[in-house]
Amino acid sequence: MKIVVLVKQVPDSGAERNLRSDDNTVDRGSANNVINEMDEYAIEEALSIQEKHGGEVVVLTMGPSGATESIRKALSMGPDSAVHVADDALHGSCAVATSKVLAAAIGQLDADLIICGAESTDGRVQVMPHMIAERLGIAALTGARKLTVDGSTLTIERQTEEGYEVVTASTPAVVSVWDTINEPRYPSFKGIMAAKKKPLETKSLADLGVDASEVGFDGATSTVVEHSKRPPRQAGNKVADSGDGGVQLVQYLSSEKFV
Amino acid sequence: MPDFRLNDEHEALRQTVREFAVDVVAPVIGDYYERHAFPYEIVRQMGKMGLFGLPFAEEYGGMGGDYLALCLTLEELARVDSSVAITLEAAISLGAMPIYRFGTEEQKREWLPKLTSGENLAAFGLTEPGFGSDAGGTATRAYLDESTNEWVINGSKAFITNSGTDITALVTVTAVTGETPDGRKEISAIIVPSGTPGFTVAPGYSKVGWCASDTHELTFDDVRVPAGNLLGQRGRGFAQFLRTLDEGRVAIAALSVGLAQGCVDESVKYAKQRHAFGHPIGDFQAIQFKIADMEMRAHTARLAYYDAASRLVAGENVKRAAAITKLYASEAAVANAREATQIHGGYGFMNEFPVGRFWRDSKILEIGEGTSEVQRMIIARELGM
Ligand SMILES: Cc1cc2nc3c(=O)[nH]c(=O)nc-3n(C[C@H](O)[C@H](O)[C@H](O)COP(=O)(O)OP(=O)(O)OC[C@H]3O[C@@H](n4cnc5c(N)ncnc54)[C@H](O)[C@@H]3O)c2cc1C
Ligand SMILES: Cc1cc2nc3c(=O)[nH]c(=O)nc-3n(C[C@H](O)[C@H](O)[C@H](O)COP(=O)(O)OP(=O)(O)OC[C@H]3O[C@@H](n4cnc5c(N)ncnc54)[C@H](O)[C@@H]3O)c2cc1C
Repeated sequence: MKIVVLVKQVPDSGAERNLRSDDNTVDRGSANNVINEMDEYAIEEALSIQEKHGGEVVVLTMGPSGATESIRKALSMGPDSAVHVADDALHGSCAVATSKVLAAAIGQLDADLIICGAESTDGRVQVMPHMIAERLGIAALTGARKLTVDGSTLTIERQTEEGYEVVTASTPAVVSVWDTINEPRYPSFKGIMAAKKKPLETKSLADLGVDASEVGFDGATSTVVEHSKRPPRQAGNKVADSGDGGVQLVQYLSSEKFV
Repeated sequence: MPDFRLNDEHEALRQTVREFAVDVVAPVIGDYYERHAFPYEIVRQMGKMGLFGLPFAEEYGGMGGDYLALCLTLEELARVDSSVAITLEAAISLGAMPIYRFGTEEQKREWLPKLTSGENLAAFGLTEPGFGSDAGGTATRAYLDESTNEWVINGSKAFITNSGTDITALVTVTAVTGETPDGRKEISAIIVPSGTPGFTVAPGYSKVGWCASDTHELTFDDVRVPAGNLLGQRGRGFAQFLRTLDEGRVAIAALSVGLAQGCVDESVKYAKQRHAFGHPIGDFQAIQFKIADMEMRAHTARLAYYDAASRLVAGENVKRAAAITKLYASEAAVANAREATQIHGGYGFMNEFPVGRFWRDSKILEIGEGTSEVQRMIIARELGM
């Protein structure tokens, strides 16, 4: 089984993140960039399927040249090789364009299974798995908290607010995972050393046969025109209880339409 | 030009261990410490990461890394907790390394894969109730019973790390096996598997620090092991443990740097959030200068162990460099722990803050694997005195 894992490099969600003042895109230059957390779970899932069923695991990333650092880190966990789609024309790409590029890259890899995170911590649009599956004309099993592979049948437990749903599809398919699915491994030193020597192929838009006008700012279906910082938090209301505290609380809650 | 910057792989390892220490060890270790419990679950995860195999060749299940890789790992673990760090240090430097260096091919094949995977731990029994710094004085004796071709061991060992866990596989002990032609004690090292009849592990000590690490007194009462359990050559036991300790000192230095740096981390954080007289205490120069001195000590101690470790990797004799870095780093750790506790005020004396643990864990660094006095003796001797 050939598994492609989608790995996105994102600004560390634990630190302060900003949008650039010049073009309103995510500031990736000054941030400490890391692997999108959910994608570590996707990698772990791919590796544990490989351990059970054999096959090959390929990491696929679309991102600026600095994303190689995250790709090496992903490889140090165990995948066999990586493809990095990097092209200056990609800057400013919207979700629709990103899915076009990723689908084109996946198309060249002849994958049986594509695993990705359920959402990224920067864009958070949660649409990539659906869009990619749609473009490739294959099934999307999204939001998995459990994945089982039985021959060419994939079964997931799709996490919902109330519980879970059991969904099946046959390969090839896209599966997106939540952080409830497993516990990602830490890379070993052997893995770190080996990652340096693993094949990492860089592809341009031309290599994928995607026209530059379809991506980036030119091809964006929507564009951020303006942004501002979230206003600082207001000081809360203090209710001093001199016998009527309960009444005051209820009054406040009903005035804010909470009750 | 000397270059103290780490290469990409060492830096990636350091960061990985840092993440592990902060995410996995830090949240739970205080509880193990309070209960004086051995953190099996953390050790299991460290084994999965390959940490117990770091400096060993892949053919024995190792990671193919070098001694610097081990030192960086120990520093990052000890920056968060020393019990976990010493468990790894003793398992590798004292437990598996003597077998790796001096063992026969058969001994290596039998023991190393279980040790490098972290599935089992090995211990090294040198110190005795009556002999520590003067370890050559050992009163433990062993003779070869030729009728059964077995070593028969009698004696006791004190303060032996990792010797009594559920996953301890063996203890290598030093014992007097005869007399040299010039009338001195002939000392040899012998592998004693856990559970061998006559080998008793006393209940764990009640320790001041390192409370989540495993330390026991051991007694050997007519303990019989096959002749093939001799480690290395008969009569080479003394030379072997001197070599083992030289290396181990560099590792203890790295561990000390971790503790010293952990004190800086915690102090900077606390000094920014704790207010007195209307200011964060970090605004007071008295506090700033303490922290600046702490950072200076941690940094210089780190450079000293980087130097000693890279000499080790290059195959140089490190006796002097190891003694210097161990001495300096352990004293830096004790000084930093004292200051960090002071900066935390009354909270520094409470076990809920990591610095209280750092303080309790620091003192042993000036004692274990050669006391500060012994290090000074070694340095002076190396200077021809
Ligand atoms: C400030 C800001 C402004 C934006 N403006 C626009 C806009 O104007 N119009 C618009 O349409 N979109 C916009 N986006 C969305 C942005 O283009 C998307 O973030 C991007 O296309 C990828 O979507 P996602 O990461 O949110 O995907 P998600 O669907 O949340 O990600 C799910 C998974 O898909 C995979 N994945 C996602 N991206 C990649 C990648 N590059 N390489 C490899 N795997 C990947 C990962 O496995 C990830 O876990 C904006 C985002 C931000 C943060
Ligand atoms: C928690 C813990 C774990 C340990 N783990 C192990 C282990 O795994 N394996 C092992 O073999 N040992 C272990 N040890 C033992 C440790 O290495 C010894 O405690 C240490 O070497 C000191 O020996 P000692 O306690 O006998 O002190 P002593 O040698 O009795 O020293 C007492 C004091 O006298 C000083 N002194 C001694 N001789 C001289 C001299 N010639 N000149 C000046 N001053 C001198 C010492 O520096 C010290 O201050 C451990 C100890 C502890 C506390």
